[in-house]
Amino acid sequence: MAEVSQDSGSHKKGDGKQRAKKASTRIDFTPMVDLGFLLITFFMLTTSMIKQQTMEITMPSDKKVTEENQTVAKASQAVTLILAKENKVFYYFGQPNIEGVKETDYSSKGLRSVLLEKNYEIAKQVEDLKIEKTRTKMAEDIYRKQLSEIKAGKNAPVVRIMATDDATYKNLVDALDEMNISSISRYAIVDLDSISKQLVDTKIKL
Amino acid sequence: MPKVKVARKSTHVDMTAMTDVAFLLLTFFMLTSNFVKKEPVVVFTPSSISEIKIPETNIMTILIDRQGKVFFGIDGQDNRMQLITKMSEKYGVKLSEKEIYTYTLMDISGNPIEAMGVYLGMKMEERDKASNNLGIPVDSTDNQLRNWVKIAREINSNSRIAIKADETTPYPVIKKVMKSLQQIDENRYNLITRLEGAAI
Repeated sequence: MAEVSQDSGSHKKGDGKQRAKKASTRIDFTPMVDLGFLLITFFMLTTSMIKQQTMEITMPSDKKVTEENQTVAKASQAVTLILAKENKVFYYFGQPNIEGVKETDYSSKGLRSVLLEKNYEIAKQVEDLKIEKTRTKMAEDIYRKQLSEIKAGKNAPVVRIMATDDATYKNLVDALDEMNISSISRYAIVDLDSISKQLVDTKIKL
Repeated sequence: MPKVKVARKSTHVDMTAMTDVAFLLLTFFMLTSNFVKKEPVVVFTPSSISEIKIPETNIMTILIDRQGKVFFGIDGQDNRMQLITKMSEKYGVKLSEKEIYTYTLMDISGNPIEAMGVYLGMKMEERDKASNNLGIPVDSTDNQLRNWVKIAREINSNSRIAIKADETTPYPVIKKVMKSLQQIDENRYNLITRLEGAAI
């Protein structure tokens, strides 16, 4: 940018004294700003600001479980979810039986209400605990401890998640997410057994 | 009639304040940035309500795209150097020093170890093409993923496993990966999801 020197023409001709030329103290900052914004743009575009969310999952060990270590769930507590194609979910309580197999979906009115109904008592206790926590400003570790105690309650349902080969990864994550939402701590991803497969196959054909 | 003289104003704008702001922002971005990891395939992760954040370090990532190709990567250039060296020794694949160096520069990659030499010899643009990424074999006859994870575990015993897969990835592929991890006693891992409702 053109600068007009402020003292140009200020000294008269014929003046014997040679005065030092006063240089302007102004510096043109425009290129510096350009550079600054260029770098900002670079950093903005290459930065990942949002940290990725994650879901923790523990799978059962591959090692053979001995008879006495095995925890046998009561049939009344057992829920089996079968994730099928086209975002369908089938579920039954207890022992596999064709009459008991029902179809639902991943919406809040579907699978969630089924699980919450089954887990009503515990879900209510968790809800109360959350209110209690905000009211009394409970410490985080105490809250966590109480939460896990509630979740491990005697009548807590045990959910088996089975997925058919037509299911997608999203279905699996959705199902696991529903476990978290409805405060179910006892669940496992297990292989689709032949009985359940048959049940679903016949149910789809109907 | 007297002419009205418009006062001539200087066109000079003081840039100092703007410079201040620009450099303030620059400092902020420089200090808070951690660079986006370059991934060979774009995956759209499913959403969940989980709010646990994934750590930046001590992490091994298993990336699964919608076709079911499996990719694997660990953090840290030194770790990757050890990983590729041990892996190529195990499979008796000869890799030049330059190829090993190229591997350490990539966050995540996925190719059968036999094809690794050819892949690493390619130019950067060539490597990005999807057709050049074959994916790591996870079949029962040739389960290389298992060995990748096993060696990565030997290098860094503290690292966590994160599985990042696309929404539409078919379940059988996920099952194969989970089974492979189960075989080497890796029973705890994280599934990367995005926050419910978030666009990215």
